[in-house]
Amino acid sequence: MGLNATDLRLIAAIQDGLPLDPRPYARVAEATGLSEREVISRLGRLAEVGVIRRFGVVVHHHELGYRANAMVVWDVPDAEIGEAGRRLAGLPFVSLCYRRPRHLPDWPYNLFCMIHGRDRGAVEALVEEASAAAGLSGRPRDLLFSRRRFKQRGARYAPSAPRLRKAG
Amino acid sequence: MAGLAPIAEADRNAAGTAALSELEKRLLDEYQHGFPLSPRPYRDIARQIDSDETTVIAALDRLTRAGLISRVGAVVTPHKAGWSTLAAMAVPPRRLEQVADLVSSYPEVNHNYERAHRLNLWFVVTGTDVLHVRSVLKAIEARSGLAVLDLPLVEAYRLDLGFPLQWD
Repeated sequence: MGLNATDLRLIAAIQDGLPLDPRPYARVAEATGLSEREVISRLGRLAEVGVIRRFGVVVHHHELGYRANAMVVWDVPDAEIGEAGRRLAGLPFVSLCYRRPRHLPDWPYNLFCMIHGRDRGAVEALVEEASAAAGLSGRPRDLLFSRRRFKQRGARYAPSAPRLRKAG
Repeated sequence: MAGLAPIAEADRNAAGTAALSELEKRLLDEYQHGFPLSPRPYRDIARQIDSDETTVIAALDRLTRAGLISRVGAVVTPHKAGWSTLAAMAVPPRRLEQVADLVSSYPEVNHNYERAHRLNLWFVVTGTDVLHVRSVLKAIEARSGLAVLDLPLVEAYRLDLGFPLQWD
């Protein structure tokens, strides 16, 4: 579906989060020049058509005690990647699972997922479980544990979002 | 948005999830999806969990300030509004902080992590379209003198659907 300029303006206006104000959509309406009713109905439609994947609380895993996270990658033959990806995606502890291009010779892997755990050992055990469940046990694989987090926040869909007034 | 502390500092400061109230745990567990699209969403949540609007807003504010949640808001499906990519660089260790700061300085960069690998800097770039995203990657290459691998999503098997939390 095509997004129009108003949809993009609305997405940009909430990219840092909904105001913690009793009438948050009214505050977004003020910032975007829409009515409160239109803000609500447009957000509902964007969720319905899948532009908005989910709407709600976005947690920081690390601060919630999931201290270890690994990007786990495999090199899977192109003909088998769909099946493997779908199986990985069905596991409750796999938070994201994507196919991405290889970049030879630097990067031979094409299947990516994120696994979070309380510590490194917990993540390693989950990786073994995931590999077995997805039929990937013999495939070339790598685990990239995070070391330092330099930046983490929501994506920006506009270079400068309209300013929301801080909730009082 | 509350500033995100460096991981070591976040660990020192973290009171741990043991300090969370039942109300806070319910907000974290039950509202990663399906946040109400109604004029008084916090009041509606309060009714669902037997609380009141002021308490719900105060709890979400505290969770945000404590860094446990990033925001209350929308997670947008990749490539439905704009374009994004996962990028990777092999940065000589002594230059890592400098290059990480350069990468983080771009508003288009939303996640930026050091990972334990020869390709040691991984970041997500989001922009209005593919040309916008590529121009950021080229600028980072030019300013750092290092190659940037561009690994855009080819197929998503699992998108961000929220994260089931376990409280021990």
